[in-house]
Amino acid sequence: MYRILQKEKLAPGIWLMKVMAPFVARRAMPGQFIILRVKEGGERIPLTIANYDRQEGWVTIIFQEVGLTTRLLAKLNEGDSILDFVGPLGRASELDGLKRVLCIGGGVGVAPLYPQIKYLWEKGTSVDVIVGARSKEYLILEKEIRDICNNLYITTDDGSYGRKGFVSDVLKELLDQKNEYDKVIAIGPLIMMKVVSEITRKYGVPTVVSMNPIMVDGTGMCGGCRVTVGGEVRYACVDGPDFDGHLVDFDEAMRRQRMYREEEEHICKLMEKLMEKEGL
Amino acid sequence: MAVNLNRVPMREQDPEVRRRNFDEVALGYTLEEAVQEAKRCLQCKKPMCVEGCPVNVRIPQFIAAVVESNVEEAFRIIRQTNNLPAICGRVCPQETQCEQRCVLGRRGQPVAIGRLERFVADYCMEKGIEDEVEIKPNGKKVAIVGAGPAGLTAAADLAKLGYDVTIFEAFHEPGGVLIYGIPEFRLPKSLVKREIEGLKKLGVKILTNVIVGKSITIDELLEEGYKAVFIGSGAGLPKFMGIPGENLNGVYSANEFLTRINLMKAYDFPNSHTPIKRGKKVAVVGGGNVAMDAARSALRLGADEVHIVYRRSEAEMPARLEEIHHAKEEGIIFDVLTNPIEVLGEDGWVKGLKCIRMKLGQPDESGRRRPVPIEGSEFVMDVDTVIMAIGTSPNPLIASTTPGLAVQKWGGIIVDEETCATSKDRVYAGGDAVTGAATVILAMGAGKKAAKAIHERLSREE
Repeated sequence: MYRILQKEKLAPGIWLMKVMAPFVARRAMPGQFIILRVKEGGERIPLTIANYDRQEGWVTIIFQEVGLTTRLLAKLNEGDSILDFVGPLGRASELDGLKRVLCIGGGVGVAPLYPQIKYLWEKGTSVDVIVGARSKEYLILEKEIRDICNNLYITTDDGSYGRKGFVSDVLKELLDQKNEYDKVIAIGPLIMMKVVSEITRKYGVPTVVSMNPIMVDGTGMCGGCRVTVGGEVRYACVDGPDFDGHLVDFDEAMRRQRMYREEEEHICKLMEKLMEKEGL
Repeated sequence: MAVNLNRVPMREQDPEVRRRNFDEVALGYTLEEAVQEAKRCLQCKKPMCVEGCPVNVRIPQFIAAVVESNVEEAFRIIRQTNNLPAICGRVCPQETQCEQRCVLGRRGQPVAIGRLERFVADYCMEKGIEDEVEIKPNGKKVAIVGAGPAGLTAAADLAKLGYDVTIFEAFHEPGGVLIYGIPEFRLPKSLVKREIEGLKKLGVKILTNVIVGKSITIDELLEEGYKAVFIGSGAGLPKFMGIPGENLNGVYSANEFLTRINLMKAYDFPNSHTPIKRGKKVAVVGGGNVAMDAARSALRLGADEVHIVYRRSEAEMPARLEEIHHAKEEGIIFDVLTNPIEVLGEDGWVKGLKCIRMKLGQPDESGRRRPVPIEGSEFVMDVDTVIMAIGTSPNPLIASTTPGLAVQKWGGIIVDEETCATSKDRVYAGGDAVTGAATVILAMGAGKKAAKAIHERLSREE
């Protein structure tokens, strides 16, 4: 069992949890993820590591309530325990030897971006960050990120904060203004990573995206997380989750993400009924 | 007295009933049936069957005890060399091991050694009979990587010798392939759990949710005071054919399909939260036990039609005869000498499997006749789900994080065949991590060998 040391609401439906998991924390690196199971009979879902402390043995996850498992997870409180919590999984992001990097985070994708920004900043790398959110209230980690980057650009879809528009608008401007980056790191919804990769391809800027496909074991055993990269089949759990954004087949990834859409809707509806019955 | 050339049949669930449930197919012998079957054994002076067993169970001796209705004694004899008899009795390929060597097989059916082993184990388990072992702890720590058949066997042997054994398991539940791979209808999970409880009683500690190579490395284990490490991490990445359409929605690796069903209990969705696509027309590509398990599981999930698609002929199928027989009884359609060339899709979902007919040509490296395509024989099989059961390649997690551990070009860990010692001092390995996808009993055999070698190695340094 893995105890929740801290729980914090970052935005509507978006939670931060600090979890005691020494075996994950001791070797965790930016870019890696964990797999958790909330309770007996529960699903295994992957979540990217948002922060960690090796000495104290904890790991932070930030998640949005989207399906049954994330909703059940959100019901747990400080002092409660998560049944299973395993990691760190996947390869660490390659962040060394870079001079100037542009980090782009969309929605809850800002969470896994945070440890990468922190790592780069601590190495003395120059970091610009673009963060996109639906609206002001959905913006997360603004203060934390502002302290560890050179420039922070914020966009909201509805213009309630920062600039109205998408992260891609700022990206284009920055590249048009002849800003030179060794690398662009984009983490967010598949469609955002696709658009970002299409833009940076035109400008010839190397771009890394973090894939978060459906997976079961997370150790290379099930093959459910396969992603086509440059025409080759790769496993996000052992070969990724980071891949060259210019080579990823995003359309296929989006289609595969929808594989269990019907089942997800079905089980969420059941949960709503159950919760009504229980008066929750 | 003339020996009956036919073995005592074992009761089974009716195929029409069992094809829609996950309960165990074979129901086992009663004591009377077991005694009757045991009496068929000729008690050979030089028992060939024992040589055919990877862990050399003293077969004639335990059968003699069954004849005397002394099942407890039979159990004691089996357990001397086999820690998991209830499991082996069910999943060993007896027809190519012990039973193949049985002299009765020359004129009739060999003694049903597997069924008798199963009977003995089940009988004693039901009666709560356990072998008594006196353990003298020696204080030496040994780490086992992976709680599958190889690791469980090594752990049991080492614990009995007094070692302080800890198993590190990546999944949330111990058992390895016995839990995630082999379905309930062939190997009830309650049985595996009981065997694991028995192991814990020997003092073995099992840490789940720890991935060696990720959460902790082999070198770190050695630094932390483990005097030896046994790697039994199992098979790894599922293989795909490399044909167009394999990433369509509705294409599974057998590993994923079976893990969702067995480990995650997706058949019980939505009570269990892991979903699985319940195909109406399913094609399973491959001819091994895993292919049979996947096909029969798909049927139990409610498929109308399930095909086994295999490029060679039935004679070359690596699956246990009993599994092929059971699959056929349940109505699985065998399309042999048939090879998929493309998965066809519509709106991103599987719509069909384009195949080509094959014929057998000259023998290949494996000694089996090589299948060659018959030109112009392409046809489309109307299916909505395709499951690839064509094997696995070793998982690179441990090899890539363990300096000094030599691996084969194809990824298998290189070991000394006699001792299971790897190229790295104090590190041993066995099972699928070494051999590539093989059988439970071979993995157990390796676990035994390694335990013995570790004991010899560590006994030298008092």
